[in-house]
Amino acid sequence: MTRTLTYAAAVNEALAIELARDPSVILLGEDIGVQGGMFTVTTGLYEEFGPDRVMDTPIAEAGFVGLATGAAIAGMRPVVEVMFIDFLLVAADQVINQAAKLRFMSGGQLTVPLTIRTQQGIAAGGSGPQHSQSLESIFAHVPGIAVATPYTPADAKGLLATAIRTDEPTLIIEHKGLYFTKGEVPEGEHLVPFGQASVRRKGADLTLIGFSRSVEWCLAAAARLADQHGIDAEVIDLRTLVPLDVDTLARSVATTGRAVVVQESPRAASVGTDIATTLTERCWDDLLAPVRLVTGLGMPVPYARTLEEQWRPSADDVVAGALATVGRASAESSA
Amino acid sequence: MHSTTVEPQRTDRLLSSLYTMWLIRATQDRCEQLFREAKVRGAMHLSSGQEAVAVGTCICLGPDDRLVFTYRSHGWALARGMAPESLFGEIFGRASGCSRGRGGSKHLCDWELGIFPSNAIVGAGLPLANGIALAAVRKNEARVVVTVFGEGASNQGVVYEALAQAVIWKLPVIFVCENNLYAEVTPAHQMRPTAEVADLVKGSGITAAVCDGMDVEAVDDTMRPLVDRARSGGGPAFVECKTYRFAGHMTGDHKKYRTSEEIASWRLRDPLVVLSDRLRAEGVSQESLSEVRDRASAAAQAAESAAWNEPEPAPETIGDYTSAWAMTAR
Repeated sequence: MTRTLTYAAAVNEALAIELARDPSVILLGEDIGVQGGMFTVTTGLYEEFGPDRVMDTPIAEAGFVGLATGAAIAGMRPVVEVMFIDFLLVAADQVINQAAKLRFMSGGQLTVPLTIRTQQGIAAGGSGPQHSQSLESIFAHVPGIAVATPYTPADAKGLLATAIRTDEPTLIIEHKGLYFTKGEVPEGEHLVPFGQASVRRKGADLTLIGFSRSVEWCLAAAARLADQHGIDAEVIDLRTLVPLDVDTLARSVATTGRAVVVQESPRAASVGTDIATTLTERCWDDLLAPVRLVTGLGMPVPYARTLEEQWRPSADDVVAGALATVGRASAESSA
Repeated sequence: MHSTTVEPQRTDRLLSSLYTMWLIRATQDRCEQLFREAKVRGAMHLSSGQEAVAVGTCICLGPDDRLVFTYRSHGWALARGMAPESLFGEIFGRASGCSRGRGGSKHLCDWELGIFPSNAIVGAGLPLANGIALAAVRKNEARVVVTVFGEGASNQGVVYEALAQAVIWKLPVIFVCENNLYAEVTPAHQMRPTAEVADLVKGSGITAAVCDGMDVEAVDDTMRPLVDRARSGGGPAFVECKTYRFAGHMTGDHKKYRTSEEIASWRLRDPLVVLSDRLRAEGVSQESLSEVRDRASAAAQAAESAAWNEPEPAPETIGDYTSAWAMTAR
């Protein structure tokens, strides 16, 4: 059975189910208790599970991510909320030097069943350079931590539940522009495996690869490519960046011969450039054109509406990238 | 001959501490030598001179307690009961090492003994220790977590985040500051806005104490009531142990930052000298004291030989202890 929920409510449901089924699950973060979290995600959980399970923390990201990592090693399953991914950089040492390495540098004596939830990206706009970034590539680059970027409410629930139950440290990157989008979400326990991309639209001419909110632009672009240009685009939602489901991408490219990777974050040294390299190595014989990228600009996210809109990739940009990939002038897209 | 005024139990305890301190000194001296001969990989951070802090603290702990410490790690690991061959195995990059050769000198782990991987990021261990303590509280386990850091760490912001956490959540953590006067190779007082480290931490409201870190009994006397108090729910404490390292910050440092007069003056307070003199004054024979020292040296030597004979990790084990998810990503 499914019913329609918002993305935020779907995350809330996963947290409630995991708190109820496993007493070692605890939540930590800024303003997540009585206040229910800045994006309403933890609403009602403090009232239901109490202050020992749903802990408000000081505004000290290194401190509470470190504390959660220590608790994870000692038998708890902490789920930490970091309000903005921009703030996770304050705790970068604890994520990158500690959580991601402790199992290895203990020679396998420790496991780190830690889940960090955060959110990124541009939503209504106007959040400025330090509250709008998309930083998934920084964390995907670090061996030892899995990274998930759910697009649908169902995945927001299912990927989080999987993360909480695994012994691996995981980073779930939600998108602030998706919290109040709605979708069908399975009732009760719902687990989505890591490392399995989802084909959101079948197509034969071109593969559009997105994750998190960029899937929305890929789907919008695919509809327009079909209606206006007679191009049948396949849309793949990566769902997790680490592990990355290269097989599904390669299978698609074997059919279409063309791929465009779409991400909100800037291009340099990113998930998108890595996918382009991987597909070039693995699918060279199938590729009919270079793998293209559609990304945010390589500069801080501006505040002013006109500049922010220019900064962020859009469905228009995806259409243009797709047309360039099939060898048609991008000018066609504005027709 | 034992003096009749000294209880034999106390003498035995001190002799046992003396043994562990000599074992630490012997391994540290040996490491210094092996580094000079270029027989070990990477630099090591030795703790000769600081033995009384590690031993005086660890004798206050029970088997379920846990230790979160730093890259100046060898002495603490041995004080907590790590087998010396396991320590040498790790330093030599052997599969038999305490961290299976994956961590090295800076990252010693033996979770059975409650030894959490020692940390090479200054100050990073403190919040991790709090998390381990929080888990114990939530699971109703009567564990105390000791977390160790140098006075140099007192400049790291995360230290104050961790002290605040421990106080507001009343966590069973003992914060042990080994003040050896030098933050790496810079005189720490030049980098500190207050005369004492303890003055810096007082704002957190934590119970703070200072002790002579060159005297194993003084460390024990200061630490024990605070450990017992933390165990019974009384909350965290901070203890600054004034000590000195005769070794460099790391093997091979230039040592120009200290005068020979300064080192000589601290040599008079060498924790091994302090304890040996006390035992002698209390009637323990020089013969007994020498026997302890020789036994420790022999144990270090035997452990080193055993560790050299162990194999290095086989190439096909490179993926061991890594994330299955990360390894399948490419």
